[in-house]
Amino acid sequence: MSEDVRLQLNRREFFSFLSVAWIAFTAAVGGLLSLAFRFSYPNVNFEPEMEFLAGRTDEYPPGVDERWKNQFGVWMVKMEGRLFALSNICTHLGCIPTWLPAEIKFKCPCHGSGYYMNGVNFEGPAPRPLERYKITLTAEGKIKVDKTKVFRQEKGEWDNPDSYLTV
Amino acid sequence: MRELINWIADPIRSFPIFTILFFLMLKHYRVVGTKKFAWIAFLLSIPTFFWFAADPNFFLIITTPDNIPISILIILITFLTWFALYQCAVNDARLEQGLTPMEGTPENREKVWTWPNLVYTELFAIIAGTVFLIVWAIIFKAPLEEPANPTWAPNPAKAPWYFLGLQEMLVYFDPWMAGVVLPGVIVVGLIAIPYIDTNPKGNGYYTFMERKMAMTFFLFGWLALWIYLIIVGTFLRGPNWTFYGPFEFWDLHKVVAAYNVNLSEFFWIKGLGRAMPKNLLLRESVGIILSLGYMFGLPPLIARTKWGMSIIEKTGKVRFYILIGLVLLMGSLPIKMFLRWLFSLKYIVALPEWELNL
Repeated sequence: MSEDVRLQLNRREFFSFLSVAWIAFTAAVGGLLSLAFRFSYPNVNFEPEMEFLAGRTDEYPPGVDERWKNQFGVWMVKMEGRLFALSNICTHLGCIPTWLPAEIKFKCPCHGSGYYMNGVNFEGPAPRPLERYKITLTAEGKIKVDKTKVFRQEKGEWDNPDSYLTV
Repeated sequence: MRELINWIADPIRSFPIFTILFFLMLKHYRVVGTKKFAWIAFLLSIPTFFWFAADPNFFLIITTPDNIPISILIILITFLTWFALYQCAVNDARLEQGLTPMEGTPENREKVWTWPNLVYTELFAIIAGTVFLIVWAIIFKAPLEEPANPTWAPNPAKAPWYFLGLQEMLVYFDPWMAGVVLPGVIVVGLIAIPYIDTNPKGNGYYTFMERKMAMTFFLFGWLALWIYLIIVGTFLRGPNWTFYGPFEFWDLHKVVAAYNVNLSEFFWIKGLGRAMPKNLLLRESVGIILSLGYMFGLPPLIARTKWGMSIIEKTGKVRFYILIGLVLLMGSLPIKMFLRWLFSLKYIVALPEWELNL
Protein backbone atom coordinates (compact mmCIF):
# COMPACT_ATOMS: atom_id res chain seq x y z
CA MET A 1 0.00 0.00 0.00
CA SER A 2 2.72 2.45 0.96
CA GLU A 3 4.65 1.72 -2.30
CA ASP A 4 1.61 2.69 -4.36
CA VAL A 5 1.51 6.04 -2.66
CA ARG A 6 5.18 6.71 -3.32
CA LEU A 7 4.60 6.29 -7.06
CA GLN A 8 2.48 9.42 -7.11
CA LEU A 9 3.69 12.99 -6.53
CA ASN A 10 1.97 15.14 -4.00
CA ARG A 11 0.94 18.63 -4.96
CA ARG A 12 4.02 20.38 -3.55
CA GLU A 13 6.45 17.99 -5.32
CA PHE A 14 4.58 18.36 -8.59
CA PHE A 15 4.89 22.13 -8.53
CA SER A 16 8.58 22.06 -7.61
CA PHE A 17 9.23 19.75 -10.57
CA LEU A 18 7.12 21.98 -12.77
CA SER A 19 9.01 25.13 -11.83
CA VAL A 20 12.40 23.46 -12.42
CA ALA A 21 11.18 22.26 -15.80
CA TRP A 22 9.84 25.69 -16.74
CA ILE A 23 12.99 27.49 -15.68
CA ALA A 24 15.11 25.01 -17.65
CA PHE A 25 12.87 25.34 -20.70
CA THR A 26 12.82 29.14 -20.56
CA ALA A 27 16.59 29.26 -20.13
CA ALA A 28 17.12 26.92 -23.10
CA VAL A 29 14.76 28.89 -25.36
CA GLY A 30 16.25 32.17 -24.17
CA GLY A 31 19.78 30.94 -24.85
CA LEU A 32 18.79 29.73 -28.30
CA LEU A 33 17.11 33.03 -29.14
CA SER A 34 20.09 35.05 -27.96
CA LEU A 35 22.36 32.87 -30.12
CA ALA A 36 20.06 33.39 -33.08
CA PHE A 37 20.04 37.12 -32.40
CA ARG A 38 23.84 37.19 -32.22
CA PHE A 39 24.01 35.19 -35.46
CA SER A 40 22.07 37.85 -37.31
CA TYR A 41 24.97 40.29 -36.86
CA PRO A 42 28.07 39.76 -39.02
CA ASN A 43 31.34 38.70 -37.36
CA VAL A 44 33.38 40.98 -39.57
CA ASN A 45 32.07 44.19 -41.07
CA PHE A 46 33.39 45.14 -44.51
CA GLU A 47 31.27 48.27 -44.71
CA PRO A 48 33.38 50.84 -46.54
CA GLU A 49 34.10 54.13 -44.83
CA MET A 50 31.44 56.76 -45.42
CA GLU A 51 34.00 59.55 -45.59
CA PHE A 52 37.36 59.58 -47.31
CA LEU A 53 40.04 61.93 -48.56
CA ALA A 54 40.46 61.68 -52.31
CA GLY A 55 43.69 63.58 -53.00
CA ARG A 56 43.96 66.85 -54.89
CA THR A 57 41.77 68.10 -57.71
CA ASP A 58 44.67 68.33 -60.19
CA GLU A 59 45.36 64.58 -59.80
CA TYR A 60 42.25 63.80 -61.81
CA PRO A 61 42.33 63.81 -65.62
CA PRO A 62 39.17 64.92 -67.43
CA GLY A 63 36.62 62.13 -67.66
CA VAL A 64 35.77 59.26 -65.35
CA ASP A 65 38.28 58.12 -62.76
CA GLU A 66 37.78 54.68 -61.27
CA ARG A 67 40.47 54.65 -58.56
CA TRP A 68 37.95 54.81 -55.64
CA LYS A 69 35.37 52.54 -57.22
CA ASN A 70 36.42 49.24 -55.65
CA GLN A 71 37.21 50.68 -52.24
CA PHE A 72 34.44 53.22 -51.71
CA GLY A 73 31.99 52.74 -54.57
CA VAL A 74 32.57 56.20 -56.01
CA TRP A 75 33.46 57.42 -59.50
CA MET A 76 35.25 60.76 -59.65
CA VAL A 77 34.08 62.54 -62.80
CA LYS A 78 35.70 65.69 -64.11
CA MET A 79 33.78 67.39 -66.88
CA GLU A 80 32.60 70.84 -67.92
CA GLY A 81 34.72 72.57 -65.29
CA ARG A 82 33.28 70.53 -62.44
CA LEU A 83 34.55 67.60 -60.39
CA PHE A 84 31.94 65.48 -58.70
CA ALA A 85 31.68 62.15 -56.87
CA LEU A 86 29.20 59.83 -58.58
CA SER A 87 27.63 56.90 -56.74
CA ASN A 88 28.13 53.53 -58.43
CA ILE A 89 24.75 52.12 -57.39
CA CYS A 90 22.19 51.75 -60.17
CA THR A 91 18.98 53.61 -59.35
CA HIS A 92 16.88 50.79 -60.76
CA LEU A 93 17.62 47.87 -58.44
CA GLY A 94 20.98 48.64 -56.86
CA CYS A 95 23.36 46.69 -59.10
CA ILE A 96 26.85 47.99 -59.85
CA PRO A 97 27.13 49.43 -63.38
CA THR A 98 30.36 49.23 -65.36
CA TRP A 99 32.10 52.21 -66.95
CA LEU A 100 32.51 51.55 -70.67
CA PRO A 101 35.17 54.06 -71.87
CA ALA A 102 34.68 53.20 -75.56
CA GLU A 103 30.94 53.85 -75.46
CA ILE A 104 31.34 56.76 -72.98
CA LYS A 105 28.59 55.47 -70.73
CA PHE A 106 27.85 53.55 -67.55
CA LYS A 107 26.00 50.32 -68.24
CA CYS A 108 24.31 48.15 -65.63
CA PRO A 109 24.85 44.38 -66.08
CA CYS A 110 21.57 43.40 -64.37
CA HIS A 111 18.81 44.98 -66.45
CA GLY A 112 20.70 47.05 -69.00
CA SER A 113 20.23 50.56 -67.62
CA GLY A 114 22.59 53.06 -69.21
CA TYR A 115 23.87 56.42 -67.92
CA TYR A 116 25.81 59.23 -69.55
CA MET A 117 29.16 60.25 -68.11
CA ASN A 118 27.43 62.91 -65.98
CA GLY A 119 25.23 60.21 -64.43
CA VAL A 120 21.98 61.00 -66.23
CA ASN A 121 20.02 57.87 -67.21
CA PHE A 122 19.08 57.51 -70.87
CA GLU A 123 18.44 53.84 -71.61
CA GLY A 124 16.99 50.81 -69.92
CA PRO A 125 14.64 50.83 -66.94
CA ALA A 126 16.57 53.17 -64.59
CA PRO A 127 14.00 55.71 -63.37
CA ARG A 128 16.39 58.49 -62.28
CA PRO A 129 20.04 59.58 -62.61
CA LEU A 130 22.86 58.22 -60.46
CA GLU A 131 23.26 59.98 -57.13
CA ARG A 132 26.14 62.33 -56.35
CA TYR A 133 27.88 62.58 -53.01
CA LYS A 134 28.87 65.61 -51.01
CA ILE A 135 32.34 66.77 -52.09
CA THR A 136 34.31 69.53 -50.33
CA LEU A 137 37.87 70.79 -50.02
CA THR A 138 39.66 70.54 -46.67
CA ALA A 139 41.85 73.36 -45.33
CA GLU A 140 44.94 71.62 -46.81
CA GLY A 141 43.35 71.59 -50.26
CA LYS A 142 42.49 67.87 -50.22
CA ILE A 143 39.19 66.57 -51.59
CA LYS A 144 36.83 65.15 -48.98
CA VAL A 145 33.97 62.94 -50.18
CA ASP A 146 31.10 62.43 -47.74
CA LYS A 147 28.81 59.57 -48.74
CA THR A 148 26.27 60.25 -46.01
CA LYS A 149 24.93 63.21 -47.99
CA VAL A 150 23.51 62.46 -51.45
CA PHE A 151 22.40 64.89 -54.13
CA ARG A 152 19.65 63.82 -56.51
CA GLN A 153 19.23 65.42 -59.91
CA GLU A 154 15.45 64.96 -60.13
CA LYS A 155 15.13 67.01 -56.94
CA GLY A 156 17.26 69.75 -58.50
CA GLU A 157 20.11 69.21 -56.05
CA TRP A 158 22.97 68.98 -58.53
CA ASP A 159 23.41 72.76 -58.51
CA ASN A 160 24.04 72.69 -54.78
CA PRO A 161 27.61 73.99 -54.28
CA ASP A 162 28.33 71.02 -51.98
CA SER A 163 27.71 68.55 -54.78
CA TYR A 164 30.67 69.58 -56.98
CA LEU A 165 34.03 71.32 -57.00
CA THR A 166 34.87 73.92 -59.59
CA VAL A 167 38.15 73.06 -61.31
CA MET B 1 20.23 31.32 -92.26
CA ARG B 2 21.97 31.84 -88.93
CA GLU B 3 21.75 35.57 -89.41
CA LEU B 4 18.04 35.19 -90.03
CA ILE B 5 17.52 33.16 -86.84
CA ASN B 6 19.52 35.71 -84.84
CA TRP B 7 17.32 38.40 -86.33
CA ILE B 8 14.09 36.53 -85.61
CA ALA B 9 15.12 35.66 -82.05
CA ASP B 10 15.07 39.31 -80.98
CA PRO B 11 12.10 39.64 -78.58
CA ILE B 12 10.54 42.32 -80.82
CA ARG B 13 9.98 39.59 -83.40
CA SER B 14 10.13 36.36 -81.42
CA PHE B 15 7.50 37.36 -78.85
CA PRO B 16 4.76 38.04 -81.43
CA ILE B 17 5.80 34.89 -83.33
CA PHE B 18 5.69 32.87 -80.12
CA THR B 19 2.28 34.34 -79.23
CA ILE B 20 0.87 33.60 -82.70
CA LEU B 21 2.21 30.05 -82.55
CA PHE B 22 0.69 29.70 -79.08
CA PHE B 23 -2.78 30.70 -80.26
CA LEU B 24 -2.45 28.57 -83.40
CA MET B 25 -1.56 25.64 -81.16
CA LEU B 26 -4.67 26.19 -79.02
CA LYS B 27 -6.88 26.75 -82.06
CA HIS B 28 -5.71 23.55 -83.73
CA TYR B 29 -5.19 21.56 -80.57
CA ARG B 30 -6.78 18.53 -82.16
CA VAL B 31 -4.04 18.48 -84.81
CA VAL B 32 -1.27 19.21 -82.29
CA GLY B 33 -2.66 16.75 -79.79
CA THR B 34 -2.10 13.66 -81.92
CA LYS B 35 0.67 11.11 -81.67
CA LYS B 36 1.43 11.57 -85.35
CA PHE B 37 2.08 15.29 -84.87
CA ALA B 38 4.27 14.58 -81.86
CA TRP B 39 6.40 12.04 -83.73
CA ILE B 40 6.86 14.30 -86.75
CA ALA B 41 7.81 17.22 -84.48
CA PHE B 42 10.19 15.03 -82.48
CA LEU B 43 11.90 13.62 -85.60
CA LEU B 44 12.23 17.10 -87.09
CA SER B 45 13.62 18.54 -83.87
CA ILE B 46 16.58 16.10 -83.72
CA PRO B 47 18.41 17.22 -86.89
CA THR B 48 17.44 20.83 -86.09
CA PHE B 49 19.01 20.50 -82.66
CA PHE B 50 22.23 19.05 -84.06
CA TRP B 51 22.42 21.79 -86.65
CA PHE B 52 21.96 24.39 -83.89
CA ALA B 53 24.51 22.70 -81.63
CA ALA B 54 27.09 22.63 -84.44
CA ASP B 55 27.48 26.36 -83.91
CA PRO B 56 30.17 27.04 -81.27
CA ASN B 57 28.37 30.04 -79.70
CA PHE B 58 25.10 28.18 -79.34
CA PHE B 59 26.87 25.10 -77.99
CA LEU B 60 28.65 27.24 -75.39
CA ILE B 61 25.37 28.75 -74.23
CA ILE B 62 23.46 25.51 -73.82
CA THR B 63 26.30 23.63 -72.14
CA THR B 64 26.94 26.26 -69.47
CA PRO B 65 26.11 24.37 -66.22
CA ASP B 66 23.68 27.10 -65.15
CA ASN B 67 21.74 26.78 -68.39
CA ILE B 68 21.25 23.02 -68.45
CA PRO B 69 18.08 23.20 -66.29
CA ILE B 70 16.56 25.45 -68.97
CA SER B 71 17.34 22.92 -71.70
CA ILE B 72 15.66 20.23 -69.57
CA LEU B 73 12.80 22.63 -68.87
CA ILE B 74 12.20 23.29 -72.58
CA ILE B 75 12.01 19.54 -73.30
CA LEU B 76 9.76 18.82 -70.30
CA ILE B 77 7.40 21.76 -70.89
CA THR B 78 7.08 20.90 -74.58
CA PHE B 79 6.28 17.29 -73.81
CA LEU B 80 3.85 18.06 -70.95
CA THR B 81 2.01 20.72 -72.95
CA TRP B 82 1.65 18.32 -75.85
CA PHE B 83 0.55 15.53 -73.49
CA ALA B 84 -2.17 17.69 -71.94
CA LEU B 85 -3.42 18.75 -75.39
CA TYR B 86 -3.35 15.11 -76.49
CA GLN B 87 -5.51 14.07 -73.53
CA CYS B 88 -7.81 17.04 -74.19
CA ALA B 89 -8.18 16.12 -77.87
CA VAL B 90 -9.00 12.49 -77.03
CA ASN B 91 -11.53 13.46 -74.35
CA ASP B 92 -13.18 16.21 -76.40
CA ALA B 93 -13.68 13.79 -79.30
CA ARG B 94 -15.27 11.33 -76.88
CA LEU B 95 -17.47 14.01 -75.29
CA GLU B 96 -18.73 15.06 -78.74
CA GLN B 97 -19.81 11.49 -79.38
CA GLY B 98 -21.66 11.48 -76.06
CA LEU B 99 -19.20 9.13 -74.34
CA THR B 100 -17.64 9.73 -70.92
CA PRO B 101 -14.08 11.07 -70.88
CA MET B 102 -11.20 8.58 -70.70
CA GLU B 103 -10.87 9.17 -66.97
CA GLY B 104 -14.52 8.18 -66.50
CA THR B 105 -14.35 4.76 -68.17
CA PRO B 106 -14.97 1.81 -65.83
CA GLU B 107 -11.38 0.50 -66.03
CA ASN B 108 -10.04 3.95 -65.05
CA ARG B 109 -12.50 4.38 -62.20
CA GLU B 110 -11.12 1.37 -60.36
CA LYS B 111 -9.86 2.50 -56.94
CA VAL B 112 -6.63 1.41 -55.20
CA TRP B 113 -5.26 2.00 -51.70
CA THR B 114 -2.95 4.92 -51.01
CA TRP B 115 -0.78 2.53 -49.04
CA PRO B 116 1.08 0.81 -50.59
CA ASN B 117 0.28 1.88 -54.19
CA LEU B 118 0.86 5.63 -53.95
CA VAL B 119 3.33 5.73 -51.07
CA TYR B 120 5.64 3.21 -52.76
CA THR B 121 5.61 5.20 -55.97
CA GLU B 122 6.42 8.36 -54.04
CA LEU B 123 9.24 6.63 -52.18
CA PHE B 124 10.86 5.55 -55.42
CA ALA B 125 10.33 8.97 -56.92
CA ILE B 126 12.12 10.52 -53.93
CA ILE B 127 15.04 8.07 -54.22
CA ALA B 128 15.33 8.57 -57.98
CA GLY B 129 15.17 12.35 -57.58
CA THR B 130 17.88 12.33 -54.91
CA VAL B 131 20.15 10.10 -57.00
CA PHE B 132 19.62 12.38 -60.00
CA LEU B 133 20.49 15.49 -58.00
CA ILE B 134 23.62 13.88 -56.48
CA VAL B 135 24.88 12.74 -59.88
CA TRP B 136 24.16 16.17 -61.31
CA ALA B 137 25.96 17.90 -58.45
CA ILE B 138 29.00 15.65 -59.02
CA ILE B 139 29.11 16.19 -62.79
CA PHE B 140 28.40 19.94 -62.90
CA LYS B 141 30.21 21.60 -60.03
CA ALA B 142 29.02 24.87 -58.59
CA PRO B 143 31.46 27.59 -59.61
CA LEU B 144 33.74 28.83 -56.81
CA GLU B 145 34.15 32.53 -57.43
CA GLU B 146 36.11 35.28 -55.73
CA PRO B 147 34.90 36.69 -52.37
CA ALA B 148 31.83 38.87 -52.53
CA ASN B 149 32.58 42.49 -53.28
CA PRO B 150 29.82 45.08 -52.82
CA THR B 151 31.39 47.44 -55.34
CA TRP B 152 31.59 45.00 -58.23
CA ALA B 153 29.01 42.95 -60.14
CA PRO B 154 29.58 40.16 -62.68
CA ASN B 155 28.61 41.02 -66.24
CA PRO B 156 25.96 39.86 -67.05
CA ALA B 157 24.61 39.49 -63.53
CA LYS B 158 21.98 36.80 -63.80
CA ALA B 159 19.44 35.66 -61.24
CA PRO B 160 18.93 31.93 -60.63
CA TRP B 161 17.22 30.40 -63.66
CA TYR B 162 13.77 30.24 -62.04
CA PHE B 163 13.89 34.01 -61.43
CA LEU B 164 15.04 34.98 -64.92
CA GLY B 165 11.46 35.59 -65.98
CA LEU B 166 11.21 38.13 -63.16
CA GLN B 167 14.53 39.65 -64.16
CA GLU B 168 13.23 40.08 -67.72
CA MET B 169 10.12 41.75 -66.32
CA LEU B 170 12.35 44.15 -64.38
CA VAL B 171 13.75 45.43 -67.68
CA TYR B 172 10.33 46.87 -68.45
CA PHE B 173 9.14 47.95 -65.00
CA ASP B 174 10.21 49.79 -61.90
CA PRO B 175 11.55 47.41 -59.21
CA TRP B 176 8.63 47.85 -56.82
CA MET B 177 6.27 46.95 -59.64
CA ALA B 178 8.09 43.97 -61.19
CA GLY B 179 9.75 42.89 -57.97
CA VAL B 180 6.96 43.28 -55.42
CA VAL B 181 3.52 44.01 -56.88
CA LEU B 182 3.49 41.70 -59.90
CA PRO B 183 5.06 38.64 -58.15
CA GLY B 184 2.62 39.19 -55.28
CA VAL B 185 -0.28 39.36 -57.71
CA ILE B 186 0.96 36.19 -59.43
CA VAL B 187 0.96 34.29 -56.12
CA VAL B 188 -2.36 35.73 -54.92
CA GLY B 189 -3.91 35.21 -58.35
CA LEU B 190 -2.86 31.56 -58.49
CA ILE B 191 -4.30 31.03 -55.01
CA ALA B 192 -7.51 32.76 -56.09
CA ILE B 193 -8.09 30.56 -59.17
CA PRO B 194 -10.25 27.92 -57.40
CA TYR B 195 -12.42 30.66 -55.89
CA ILE B 196 -12.87 32.57 -59.15
CA ASP B 197 -13.27 29.59 -61.47
CA THR B 198 -16.54 27.98 -60.47
CA ASN B 199 -16.91 26.01 -63.68
CA PRO B 200 -17.45 22.41 -62.52
CA LYS B 201 -16.53 21.04 -65.96
CA GLY B 202 -13.11 19.52 -66.27
CA ASN B 203 -13.01 18.28 -62.68
CA GLY B 204 -10.97 15.10 -62.77
CA TYR B 205 -10.55 14.90 -66.51
CA TYR B 206 -8.72 16.69 -69.32
CA THR B 207 -10.78 18.87 -71.60
CA PHE B 208 -10.17 21.97 -73.65
CA MET B 209 -13.55 22.42 -75.30
CA GLU B 210 -15.43 22.89 -72.02
CA ARG B 211 -13.04 25.42 -70.45
CA LYS B 212 -11.42 27.27 -73.31
CA MET B 213 -11.13 30.63 -71.57
CA ALA B 214 -9.57 29.34 -68.36
CA MET B 215 -6.99 27.28 -70.23
CA THR B 216 -6.14 30.05 -72.68
CA PHE B 217 -5.56 32.66 -69.95
CA PHE B 218 -3.56 30.32 -67.79
CA LEU B 219 -1.41 28.86 -70.56
CA PHE B 220 -0.72 32.30 -72.02
CA GLY B 221 0.56 33.55 -68.68
CA TRP B 222 2.49 30.37 -68.09
CA LEU B 223 4.04 29.74 -71.51
CA ALA B 224 4.29 33.18 -73.10
CA LEU B 225 4.92 35.37 -70.07
CA TRP B 226 6.87 33.07 -67.78
CA ILE B 227 8.59 30.25 -69.71
CA TYR B 228 9.34 32.39 -72.75
CA LEU B 229 10.85 35.12 -70.59
CA ILE B 230 12.99 32.57 -68.73
CA ILE B 231 14.28 31.25 -72.05
CA VAL B 232 15.04 34.76 -73.30
CA GLY B 233 16.71 35.71 -70.03
CA THR B 234 18.85 32.57 -70.03
CA PHE B 235 19.93 32.10 -73.61
CA LEU B 236 19.54 35.46 -75.26
CA ARG B 237 20.76 38.00 -72.70
CA GLY B 238 24.48 38.62 -72.59
CA PRO B 239 26.84 41.22 -71.13
CA ASN B 240 25.18 44.49 -70.07
CA TRP B 241 21.86 42.65 -70.39
CA THR B 242 22.04 43.35 -74.11
CA PHE B 243 20.18 41.03 -76.42
CA TYR B 244 22.27 38.46 -78.29
CA GLY B 245 20.94 36.02 -80.90
CA PRO B 246 21.45 32.30 -80.29
CA PHE B 247 24.40 32.17 -82.72
CA GLU B 248 25.92 35.48 -81.74
CA PHE B 249 29.24 35.86 -79.95
CA TRP B 250 28.85 37.60 -76.58
CA ASP B 251 30.83 40.67 -77.54
CA LEU B 252 31.19 42.94 -74.52
CA HIS B 253 31.19 45.99 -76.72
CA LYS B 254 28.09 45.33 -78.74
CA VAL B 255 26.34 48.69 -78.90
CA VAL B 256 22.59 48.83 -79.05
CA ALA B 257 21.01 52.24 -79.21
CA ALA B 258 18.27 52.15 -76.61
CA TYR B 259 17.33 55.71 -75.81
CA ASN B 260 14.21 55.47 -73.68
CA VAL B 261 11.71 58.26 -73.18
CA ASN B 262 8.91 58.69 -70.65
CA LEU B 263 5.34 59.18 -71.78
CA SER B 264 5.31 62.66 -70.24
CA GLU B 265 8.26 63.71 -72.41
CA PHE B 266 6.51 62.30 -75.48
CA PHE B 267 3.38 64.24 -74.63
CA TRP B 268 4.79 67.62 -73.58
CA ILE B 269 7.99 67.95 -75.58
CA LYS B 270 7.35 65.97 -78.77
CA GLY B 271 3.56 66.25 -78.86
CA LEU B 272 2.86 69.81 -77.74
CA GLY B 273 6.34 71.20 -78.38
CA ARG B 274 6.71 72.93 -75.02
CA ALA B 275 8.65 72.50 -71.79
CA MET B 276 7.56 70.03 -69.15
CA PRO B 277 5.29 71.61 -66.52
CA LYS B 278 6.83 72.12 -63.11
CA ASN B 279 3.87 70.58 -61.29
CA LEU B 280 4.55 66.85 -60.95
CA LEU B 281 0.96 65.66 -61.17
CA LEU B 282 0.23 67.90 -64.15
CA ARG B 283 3.43 66.63 -65.82
CA GLU B 284 2.38 63.01 -65.44
CA SER B 285 -1.36 63.60 -65.85
CA VAL B 286 -1.58 61.76 -69.20
CA GLY B 287 0.06 58.64 -67.83
CA ILE B 288 -1.95 58.74 -64.60
CA ILE B 289 -5.23 59.08 -66.52
CA LEU B 290 -4.26 56.27 -68.90
CA SER B 291 -3.22 53.94 -66.06
CA LEU B 292 -6.34 54.62 -63.98
CA GLY B 293 -8.47 54.22 -67.09
CA TYR B 294 -6.79 50.92 -67.85
CA MET B 295 -7.23 49.48 -64.36
CA PHE B 296 -10.58 51.04 -63.36
CA GLY B 297 -12.20 52.32 -66.56
CA LEU B 298 -11.82 49.20 -68.68
CA PRO B 299 -13.49 46.63 -66.35
CA PRO B 300 -16.95 48.31 -66.36
CA LEU B 301 -16.70 48.62 -70.16
CA ILE B 302 -15.79 44.93 -70.47
CA ALA B 303 -18.70 44.11 -68.14
CA ARG B 304 -21.06 45.61 -70.75
CA THR B 305 -19.79 43.41 -73.58
CA LYS B 306 -21.47 40.13 -74.42
CA TRP B 307 -18.54 38.17 -73.06
CA GLY B 308 -18.48 40.13 -69.81
CA MET B 309 -22.21 39.77 -69.29
CA SER B 310 -22.07 36.02 -69.80
CA ILE B 311 -19.32 35.72 -67.18
CA ILE B 312 -21.19 37.93 -64.70
CA GLU B 313 -24.25 35.78 -65.24
CA LYS B 314 -22.29 32.60 -64.55
CA THR B 315 -20.06 33.65 -61.67
CA GLY B 316 -21.31 36.95 -60.25
CA LYS B 317 -19.96 40.49 -60.19
CA VAL B 318 -17.23 40.15 -57.56
CA ARG B 319 -15.61 37.18 -59.27
CA PHE B 320 -15.83 38.96 -62.61
CA TYR B 321 -14.08 42.10 -61.40
CA ILE B 322 -11.34 40.13 -59.64
CA LEU B 323 -10.80 38.08 -62.80
CA ILE B 324 -10.66 41.16 -65.01
CA GLY B 325 -8.30 42.89 -62.60
CA LEU B 326 -5.92 39.93 -62.66
CA VAL B 327 -6.13 39.57 -66.44
CA LEU B 328 -5.47 43.30 -66.95
CA LEU B 329 -2.46 43.18 -64.64
CA MET B 330 -1.16 40.18 -66.57
CA GLY B 331 -1.82 42.02 -69.82
CA SER B 332 0.17 45.03 -68.61
CA LEU B 333 3.40 43.09 -69.11
CA PRO B 334 3.08 42.40 -72.88
CA ILE B 335 1.63 45.91 -73.36
CA LYS B 336 4.62 47.45 -71.61
CA MET B 337 7.04 45.25 -73.58
CA PHE B 338 5.51 46.30 -76.90
CA LEU B 339 5.51 49.97 -75.97
CA ARG B 340 9.21 49.67 -75.07
CA TRP B 341 10.09 47.90 -78.31
CA LEU B 342 8.01 50.05 -80.62
CA PHE B 343 8.34 53.53 -79.06
CA SER B 344 11.27 53.13 -76.63
CA LEU B 345 8.79 54.12 -73.96
CA LYS B 346 10.31 53.95 -70.51
CA TYR B 347 7.56 54.73 -68.02
CA ILE B 348 3.91 55.62 -68.49
CA VAL B 349 3.91 57.39 -65.15
CA ALA B 350 7.37 58.59 -64.15
CA LEU B 351 7.52 60.12 -60.68
CA PRO B 352 11.10 59.40 -59.57
CA GLU B 353 10.65 62.16 -56.97
CA TRP B 354 8.17 59.89 -55.21
CA GLU B 355 9.86 56.61 -56.22
CA LEU B 356 6.72 55.87 -58.16
CA ASN B 357 7.02 54.71 -61.77
CA LEU B 358 4.64 52.65 -63.85
